Amino acid sequence: MHAALARLIDGTPPAPAAIDAFLAAHGFPLIDRDGATFVFRGTADRVLLQHWVFGLPSAQPFEPVPHTDLWAIHLPLPAGSRIEYKFEVVRNGHGEWVRDPLNPHQARDPFGSNSICAAFGYERPDWTFPDPHARPGLLDDGVIDSRAFGEPRPIRIYLPARFRRSGRYPLLVIHDGDDFLRYADLKAVLDNLIHRLEIPPLIAVLTQTPHRIGEYPDHPGHARFLAEEVLPWVRARFPMIDEPHGRCLMGASFGAVASLSAAWRYQGLFGKLCLLSGSFAFTDIGDHWRGEVFEPVVRFTNAFRARPGRPAEQIYLACGTYESLIYENRSMMPFLQSRGLSVRFDEARDGHNWENWRDRLRAGLSWLYPGPLWMVYE
Amino acid sequence: MTHLALLGPQRDHPTVGRALDALGVGAGPLVAITAGWQEREGETEELAGYLARPVRDLALYRAVDDLFRADPALFAAHRERMARLQELQALYRTRLKFAFRAARAMLLADGRPAVLEVARTSALAGLRRLDGDHLAAVRAIHAAFDRDLRPAARDAVRAARAPLAEAIGGAAAVLVAGGHVGVLLSRLRLLNLGPALAARPVIAWSAGAMAMSDQVVVFHDSPPQGAGAAEVFDTGLGLVHRRTLLPDAVNRLRLGDPIRVATLARRFAPTACLTLDGGAGLVLKNGRAIRQWGVRTLHPDGTVG
Repeated sequence: MHAALARLIDGTPPAPAAIDAFLAAHGFPLIDRDGATFVFRGTADRVLLQHWVFGLPSAQPFEPVPHTDLWAIHLPLPAGSRIEYKFEVVRNGHGEWVRDPLNPHQARDPFGSNSICAAFGYERPDWTFPDPHARPGLLDDGVIDSRAFGEPRPIRIYLPARFRRSGRYPLLVIHDGDDFLRYADLKAVLDNLIHRLEIPPLIAVLTQTPHRIGEYPDHPGHARFLAEEVLPWVRARFPMIDEPHGRCLMGASFGAVASLSAAWRYQGLFGKLCLLSGSFAFTDIGDHWRGEVFEPVVRFTNAFRARPGRPAEQIYLACGTYESLIYENRSMMPFLQSRGLSVRFDEARDGHNWENWRDRLRAGLSWLYPGPLWMVYE
Repeated sequence: MTHLALLGPQRDHPTVGRALDALGVGAGPLVAITAGWQEREGETEELAGYLARPVRDLALYRAVDDLFRADPALFAAHRERMARLQELQALYRTRLKFAFRAARAMLLADGRPAVLEVARTSALAGLRRLDGDHLAAVRAIHAAFDRDLRPAARDAVRAARAPLAEAIGGAAAVLVAGGHVGVLLSRLRLLNLGPALAARPVIAWSAGAMAMSDQVVVFHDSPPQGAGAAEVFDTGLGLVHRRTLLPDAVNRLRLGDPIRVATLARRFAPTACLTLDGGAGLVLKNGRAIRQWGVRTLHPDGTVG
């Protein structure tokens, strides 16, 4: 338990006014070098900490603080950790999941939002915040009349600040691009990394699908869409470095599977992959435990592991240590390296979420597309 | 006759005035080459304010853009040359990664001194051979371009070069600013401004200083993608000999890491690796250092001083 809370409840039970003052004076959860102490105030039958740290029981019961309406739980967390969580408050046999009422910090995702716990040593990277000194790139909308999908597909284009028609730009195709914009601060990150010379000015194509689960795990139409529709569309409109080393696919979770499978189907076309928390579930023997949604993923990953070929020359992998997919992603690193590919793998004490993916963008993109930092001496 | 002052970054420690004095530059027009600043080319108000005298920017970056529009064949060939150079650099970088690791591992290894020295010398020789081969390949690409395109004989090039060379020839001194060393160098080279610069006092800082040397070495020990090895990038204009210039080394190099320092110093020996940090300067007349302040040398034993 955090020392401040221990002092509050040590000895005589604190009066409600003392609790009010304590809650007003502290930020929550309470953080120390050992971890986080979560606090809930209110009447309930039970309170549970619901989190997404693979390896720990996902629901952890709070302890009531005697003679008060406080509940508390201490979760040991290694330095540098960042987790997302909710409280489950059970009253009259009915459990309700709520964000931590004492914690204003939230992370959003397509399913809603969670509270954020930043453990000792974690700081949100400064390059993820909008920088008034960084010239902004331009976002524009486009539509590709897709034969692969039999329907028009909207896309977005990111053009870097100081874009010039006479230049030549590397291309980054980003799966779930709108989600990256909304939940992973993609625009600010690209603007900042380009401004800092850590990545070159690049053109990004942001795709979004209404059928993520169906189209991402090794869907031939999706690969065709990227290779035979998106690339020619960009080529016809923008000056790109039209060689494999100037083409990168990026995605997170199932989007990483979509990136890898498309590159695998069109070997030699995409030189680089940025695969964040890839859902690379596989089986060495027997069945898997991840449910029906993962069936095509496992089929693909098993097929890929049997005949990997050369999907790209340079592959960046990242995964949160607290994800259920950490084993699969760790496995991918030596597997790809043994095929002679250039691979970098980063782990972070984080989970399967957008802010983890946001925080990995600098390392991944600057490794895949190093900026002119080496070349500029002011 | 080359009269040169090579300086570190000017933003926080302007020393151009001191360099003008050291070179004995009197009254007369000052012209500036700021092509390394690319789209920011020509923003010399701050510089002119600091010097309290007018500075005329030569607009070299824009002049070459105009040249490319006037001579599309030259532009296409130049673009192809740059693509080849980039590809070559990427291949060199891949090979360098292994050669550098090997050399570093040998410098870190323990053992009998005599045995170790044989292994270290051999590993460093491998690194030096790789650098030399790379530079020869870069030279070959430039030579092929000059042979095939004959830029000096092209009307558009002559038209672009003449006013620049004339302005340089009439200047009391030429100021060559930093910025993107590749952009600066390629534009100076395309218009063959080296001979014109060699005939006038030149004050060059950061990337500008690098561009004046025999060979340009690019470096950064702490980029976000992880530290790599310093890379031989290109030949320079060749106005400075046997000196590898390292601007802003205090921020870009791990000068406290004796193995990295020793590797750099031994790799480029007998060329001297010289830091050009903010406030530092080296003044040369006909290749001989006549004054210097704040310049440090990387030594083969891993020390800096």
